Amino acid sequence: MSLSAAFFAIIRRDLLLALRRRSEIANPLFFFVLVITLFPLGVGAKPHLLQAIAPGIIWVSALLAAMLSLDSLFRSDFDDGSLEQLLLSPHPPSLLVLGKVLAHWLVTGLPLLLIAPLLAVLLGMPSQSLGVLLLTLLLGTPVLSLLGAIGVALTVGLRRGGMLLSLLVLPLYVPVLIFASNAVEMASSGLPIDAQLNILMAMLCMALVLAPWPTVAALKMSLN
Amino acid sequence: MDKHTLQAQKLSCIRDDRLLFSSLDFTLHSQQVLLLEGKNGSGKTSLLRILCGFREPDAGSVQWCGEPISSNGQYRADMAYIGHLDGIKKELTVLENLQFALALAAQACAEADAIQAALARVQLAGFDDMPAQTLSAGQKRRLSLARLLLAPCPLWILDEPFTALDKQGIALSEQLMAEQCDRGGMIVLTSHHELNLPSTDVQRIRLS
Repeated sequence: MSLSAAFFAIIRRDLLLALRRRSEIANPLFFFVLVITLFPLGVGAKPHLLQAIAPGIIWVSALLAAMLSLDSLFRSDFDDGSLEQLLLSPHPPSLLVLGKVLAHWLVTGLPLLLIAPLLAVLLGMPSQSLGVLLLTLLLGTPVLSLLGAIGVALTVGLRRGGMLLSLLVLPLYVPVLIFASNAVEMASSGLPIDAQLNILMAMLCMALVLAPWPTVAALKMSLN
Repeated sequence: MDKHTLQAQKLSCIRDDRLLFSSLDFTLHSQQVLLLEGKNGSGKTSLLRILCGFREPDAGSVQWCGEPISSNGQYRADMAYIGHLDGIKKELTVLENLQFALALAAQACAEADAIQAALARVQLAGFDDMPAQTLSAGQKRRLSLARLLLAPCPLWILDEPFTALDKQGIALSEQLMAEQCDRGGMIVLTSHHELNLPSTDVQRIRLS
C-alpha cells in the first residue's frame, strides 16, 4: 500500500515540478517540430522524396528530442540532494526510478505523440500509416526513456556529460529506430506489420522490467 | 523504541590514493551520540556516506543490530540522513516537500497532523504554502530538520547540521537531538560547532 503511495507520490511530484518549470515540456517539443520542418527546407519541394523518408525523419527527430530531454531526468535531483533521499528510502529504489522515468515520459514523450500526426501530414505521409506511426511512437518512446535513464544515470555526476550521453545512448536506440520506422514504411505500402509491432512490444516489456536495475546501480555509482 | 546498535569494525577509506582513515572501530548504542571531529578533508563526510551505504568501505564492515547494512532491509527504514545538500525541491512548497518526504519514508501515520506538528516544532508554522525557494538558507535547514521529525527513525546521520542556522536554530536542533536520545534513538554527526548536550552520552572520534 505505502509502496504504491510512494510510486504515485514521485510521479505526482515530478509532474508538479514539470508544471512549474514549463520550459522542460516545451523545449523538446519545439526541437522536434523544428528539426522536422528543417527537412522540407533542406530537401526542397520534392513531395515524393519527403513522403518516402517521412517515417525515418519523424523517428530520428523523436530519438534526438528524447535524448536531449534526458538530462533533466535526474539532474535537478542530483544537484539538490533529493536523489540521495530517494535512494535512502526503504522502498525499492528501482520502482521509484521507474516512477521518475514514467513521469519524465509523460512530460517529454507524450507531447511528441500528440504533435506527430500533424508533422506526418506536413511531410505528406499517407493517412493509412498515421495510426501505425502513433502506435510505434507509443510503444517506442517509453523504451527510449527507459534506456536513456541508464545512460543519464551514468553521466549525471559528470559536469559535461552531454556528449558522452549521446554516444552512450544513441547506439542503444538503433533497434527501436529500425523496427519502428520500418513498421511505418511497411504500413504505407499496405503490408502487414505484426512482426515489427510485436518486437517493439517485446522491447518495451524488457525495458520496463530490466532497465530500472542498472539505472539504480549507475545512480549509486554517480553519487559515490 | 527498541534497543539498537550501530557497529563499525576496522573501517578504512581511501580516496584518490589518499588514506583517510583505517582500522576505525566504534559501537554506538541507543541514547548515544557520536560526534566526528577533524579538520576539513579528514574524511568525516566520507565516513558518514559509508554509514549511509552510499559508499563501500575499502575495508571493514558496518553493522546495524548485528547485520551488515548492505544486506539489512530494515536499516534504510531505521535511518534518516541529512547531508550537505538538503534535498529540498525549491519549486515545491514547504508542505509539498514534506508530503513527499513522508511518502518516501513509508510511514503510515496521520499525515496532515504530523506535518503541521513538525513545522511548528522547527518554527516554520504558517510557511506551508511558501515555495521553498523563498526560504532563507537557515529556514531551509529547519525544513530539512522537520523531515527528521516526520518519521521517528532510531538513527539520525547528520552532516554539519548547524550550518546556516542562527543561535536560536542551533539551540533548537540541539534540543531535537536531546529528545531523539531520550526517545531511545541515536545520532551520528559531524560538526565544527561545540555541541551542547549536557545530559547525553557523547562519544567523540577525531579523524586526522
